[in-house]
Amino acid sequence: MTHATGMKYMKPGVLPHMWCAGCGIGGMMGALLRAFEELGYRNTDTVVVTGIGCTGKLDDYLLTNALHTTHGRALAYATGIKAFKPQLKVVVVMGDGDSVTIGGNHFIHAARRNIDLTAIVLNNLNYGMTGGQVSGTTPEWAVTSTTVHGNPEREFDICALAETAGANFVARSTPYLGWEMKEIMKQALEKRGFSLVEVVSPCPTHFGRNNDMKETAAMLRWLGGRALPIEDYRKLPQAERKQHFPVGTLVDRDEPDFNTRYDTIRARATGMNVR
Amino acid sequence: MKAVATLERETRLLQGNQAIAEGAIYAGARFYAGYPITPSSEIADECAKRMPELGGMYIQMEDEMASIAAVVGASLAGAKALTATSGPGFSLMQENLGLAVMGEVPCVVVDVQRSGPSTGLATKPAQSDIMQVRWGRHGDQSVIALCPATVRECFTLTVQAFNFAERFRVPVVLMPDEIVGHMRENVALPLPGEIEVVDRKAPAGPPASYLPFKPDEDGIAPLAAYGSEYVFHVTSSMHGTDGYSNNDPANAAWRVRQLHEKIERHRDEIVLTQSYYTEDMDVLIVTLGATTRAARTAALEARAQGIKAGVLQLQTVWPFADREIAALGKRARMVVVPEMNYSGQVAGEVLKALGPGADIRRVNKFNGTIITPQDILDAMLRPAGAQTQGNQP
Repeated sequence: MTHATGMKYMKPGVLPHMWCAGCGIGGMMGALLRAFEELGYRNTDTVVVTGIGCTGKLDDYLLTNALHTTHGRALAYATGIKAFKPQLKVVVVMGDGDSVTIGGNHFIHAARRNIDLTAIVLNNLNYGMTGGQVSGTTPEWAVTSTTVHGNPEREFDICALAETAGANFVARSTPYLGWEMKEIMKQALEKRGFSLVEVVSPCPTHFGRNNDMKETAAMLRWLGGRALPIEDYRKLPQAERKQHFPVGTLVDRDEPDFNTRYDTIRARATGMNVR
Repeated sequence: MKAVATLERETRLLQGNQAIAEGAIYAGARFYAGYPITPSSEIADECAKRMPELGGMYIQMEDEMASIAAVVGASLAGAKALTATSGPGFSLMQENLGLAVMGEVPCVVVDVQRSGPSTGLATKPAQSDIMQVRWGRHGDQSVIALCPATVRECFTLTVQAFNFAERFRVPVVLMPDEIVGHMRENVALPLPGEIEVVDRKAPAGPPASYLPFKPDEDGIAPLAAYGSEYVFHVTSSMHGTDGYSNNDPANAAWRVRQLHEKIERHRDEIVLTQSYYTEDMDVLIVTLGATTRAARTAALEARAQGIKAGVLQLQTVWPFADREIAALGKRARMVVVPEMNYSGQVAGEVLKALGPGADIRRVNKFNGTIITPQDILDAMLRPAGAQTQGNQP
């Protein structure tokens, strides 16, 4: 059996990509495109929606339908696409700034609507494109270019937020776990309703350099050491959990998605018999 | 418009906002995304009821940024789509409206104008978003904006707004003031086929060679829909004809020029005006929206007093009717510009059209009350050079 490379979804001649050496976005993109290939997705009925920032540059490498949007609003654009044309596979790729900082409200409401989108959130714990500033997911202990004297704010737990807001599928991975990351993405892509995969990712250029992990290997080792399978994480005493984050499938449920609910409403409005 | 003699038109007592919703449906809109705000909410209410009945969709978004974003997304999936709001919400929409300009996405945004600044005299009428509609987004760009004066025009200009949006691949702003949005009048609704309905130009060649931003000879590129055999890329970034990022200076210059020119070269088709009593006039009133009604009354009262007044109503606000105003202005000894704002946003454009020698009389009201025919008559009768404000105590 030949292995999926995902290259059939990539625009020819675009490599090498623009991301820094050691950045996790390339690995995340590779896993996503391999997942597309293994699931047999076609460019014609796949739409990739991106926002702004390092992760937001991803659409330019793709041959699928794509919409590169404004900062933080990718989910809202994707909502319009999916709501109007439910047969499309709509994948929203965002950074931590896009998804839960400037775009936090859209993230909450997309999950609450349980609209059938797959959100891939590349969480590199800071704003990379603008030079490594603090974001809504920067750990409180971390140094960034705008928290040189310390960070007065606490970080979001993106997965917990999605779960509470009503997402059908919530999972976390990291480029340290390349194959597993792809497998989790496949589950998310095939799940009906709002699905989220958070990819906790290295940013050696900014986050690493500011936090004694300048070498790519150091950042990957740090991620690898902190990532614990959810089963193992749950066994840890509360005090030790702070040193780790759980990876794997955190939430998997089958609440009806937005379009399914709307079909019922539309049938009622058009006078069809609906029980 | 062609007459359809065999069918009976239905006459309904409609509110302006309802007529906008009905006009959108007539034009083929089947997707509404919005966030409630007075004085526009009746458009949402009507669409929430009607869209699903017609197999379409109403979705209430979490804010106005999301509303216009969802409209753009739905449009790229093939929908005729609209949203409606008022000043505060319109301010929030600006960035994503810029994406609709850059991505050449047909859609209609209704801004039912209310007073400001900020929350202002919630939700009293104003005509003070004239310049925000034109220049509210960052980056240089052109825009089409229409302004109805009657409930019937709420219907017909909404159809026209969709037609322009679809024909020119642009967002179009419909900007009634609160008075017209909330006014009720009997309207004989046009029958299907009575007003032309335009659909966007679809690509025809082989899918592999489709370039979503390569204009045809008319300056407009065909637009596919997500999910068709034509796969395409849309971006808020500067892009080439293939829709992928392109930072080449020559390409950027071509793109910015093309976005302007596709509107400018069809300017005569887009600029819609209505003239009343202008054949023999020597005093011209340039007006828009609800103020048109006061202006028409003022013109008739002036004529009763021996002043030959005429009215030019700007149904199209942007691009501005500078040539039409210049042509009529040549025959007028005086031009009166009543508008419900402090700055004279329309009057400034009239001045540009007529030049500094013209006797332009501003009538500005910005206290949430309407401009009366008497306010306009007073401006005609006062000595040249004396400016008054209609709402001074």
